[in-house]
Amino acid sequence: MATIYQGKYEAVIGLEIHVQLDTASKLFCADSTKFGAEPNTHISPITLALPGTLPKINKKAIEYAVRLGLACQCEIMPYNFFARKNYFYPDLPKGWQTTQHTHPICMGGLVPIKTQTGIRQVQMHHIHLEEDAGKSIHDIYEGESCVDLNRAGTALVEIVSEPDMFSADEAWNYVQELRRLVRWIGVSDANMEEGSLRCDANISIRPAGDTRLGTRVEVKNLNSTRNIKKAIDFEIDRMIRLVEAGGMVQQQTRSFDAATGTTFAIRDKEQANDYRYFPEPDLPPIQLSQSFIEQIRASMPALPQQLAHKYQTSFGLSPYDAEQLVSDKDIAVYFEAATQKTNQYKAVANWINGPIRSIINEEHLSIDQVGITPETLADIIQLVDTGKLNFSVASTRLLPALRTPGADQKGQSALDIATRLNLIQTDNEDLLETWINEALESMPDKVQAYQKGKKGLIGLFVGEVKKRSKGKADPGRVMDLIKEKLG
Amino acid sequence: MVAITDQLIDDLAHLSRLTFDDAEKAAIKTDMEQMVQFVEKLNEVDTTNVDPLLHITPNQNIFREDIVEGSISREEALKNVPKTDGTYILVPKVIKK
Repeated sequence: MATIYQGKYEAVIGLEIHVQLDTASKLFCADSTKFGAEPNTHISPITLALPGTLPKINKKAIEYAVRLGLACQCEIMPYNFFARKNYFYPDLPKGWQTTQHTHPICMGGLVPIKTQTGIRQVQMHHIHLEEDAGKSIHDIYEGESCVDLNRAGTALVEIVSEPDMFSADEAWNYVQELRRLVRWIGVSDANMEEGSLRCDANISIRPAGDTRLGTRVEVKNLNSTRNIKKAIDFEIDRMIRLVEAGGMVQQQTRSFDAATGTTFAIRDKEQANDYRYFPEPDLPPIQLSQSFIEQIRASMPALPQQLAHKYQTSFGLSPYDAEQLVSDKDIAVYFEAATQKTNQYKAVANWINGPIRSIINEEHLSIDQVGITPETLADIIQLVDTGKLNFSVASTRLLPALRTPGADQKGQSALDIATRLNLIQTDNEDLLETWINEALESMPDKVQAYQKGKKGLIGLFVGEVKKRSKGKADPGRVMDLIKEKLG
Repeated sequence: MVAITDQLIDDLAHLSRLTFDDAEKAAIKTDMEQMVQFVEKLNEVDTTNVDPLLHITPNQNIFREDIVEGSISREEALKNVPKTDGTYILVPKVIKK
């Protein structure tokens, strides 16, 4: 079901996403691709397009593109080759971009996205390989632009969808899913701040229910996840206003201005570029063997959707819990490691999606940096399960202690440390009795109210005992004892 | 034959970021007409069922391993640059659109 705008329009969106491949060297020469180097230090005669230099294809980039194609259920095209896309710009040393124009490496494909009515497969058009341009910086000198060619020649894949998304939310979910996928299969870090994932959108509107596509506008420069939604929503709204006022949408290229949250025209159709594509004579074509493709297929990890399904069917988790665990591959790997140590699957999910995720979010860590191994987590869960300590004490006291053990505590078990910190719940009934008596004596009016029927006050009593016992009283047992005592 | 119009000359000049005066344009137009005529001679060959030859050698899959090597120093790299501040290549102000 498409979103209906103002009761009568629907929007159609296609996305072109550029993802920088995580290769160590560039696509056609051996300069480093490391981000953040001193300007113009990762360059060679090939990057500079000096006369007489010849490009040579990075095999890993081919493997990564195939990997992504397999993850997206594309058809891998055994025969593919590069072309020259000719245009002038200072950050493009050769005067052309080497890109796959007519024969991309992957065709078709599907990307599952969340929609209001469940998971839907967004149809892709193709994925092709191409090189990145350098960087132009405009704000250093008044009258001149500065060019840094470190990025020039870095391997990109351009992932082109069909016009198969119908709201800014769907487009955003598509970007999120692709971002997770490329990270999951290890072909890119997809870091939008560092520009390793960049997004352009083709947007059109049409009367709701119409099957023809309206005139499209291309919006460039959607370089943060927040901007993607904002820019698409702004553009849909702009087009609807335009049509409502009796105007017509012009085929245009527009740019998003993050400062104002608006888009502005940068190119009309009449000024469309003529790129004069032709096959790159300096690069022989690529012929992928079936065994090459199958080798890559065999090395693919299980994909997030498959794991989410497995976690529901094999571990009995809720769809929400399962989805949370596959938000990031490290987390899924951690979860699976913990399930090797304990069969309390639900508890493992709760711990990861609860206290551990809080640490990850608050301290901006990966799960492996939290300092709790899956084995230790399994031990904690065991302690809670056997009533040695309760969840709240375990998460607020034991967990932090285990993350930063003292020098003399290295190698001690979760139980050792819990014991040392005096966190183990007591089964000493006399002690419980004492705490309960103290608690009840401290609030005689509440006790009276309870006995007159305000049974909800039991929580208050248990809480007071918890406080007095510093978490060492098992709340379930305390509740039973209070009920017994007060009748 | 492809018509070599004044408009075509202007378009090609624009794509090449070159400017010509009228005399030059006239000369270029004559040259181009002759070049196109010469190449169109090839139309006389029957190419039915002949695939276009896109790559002239029989080579395929000429790959390199993903190894970092061969970069030059910045000083060397900027040697041929018309204008530089020692860090960047300086060009007339362009605003990326």
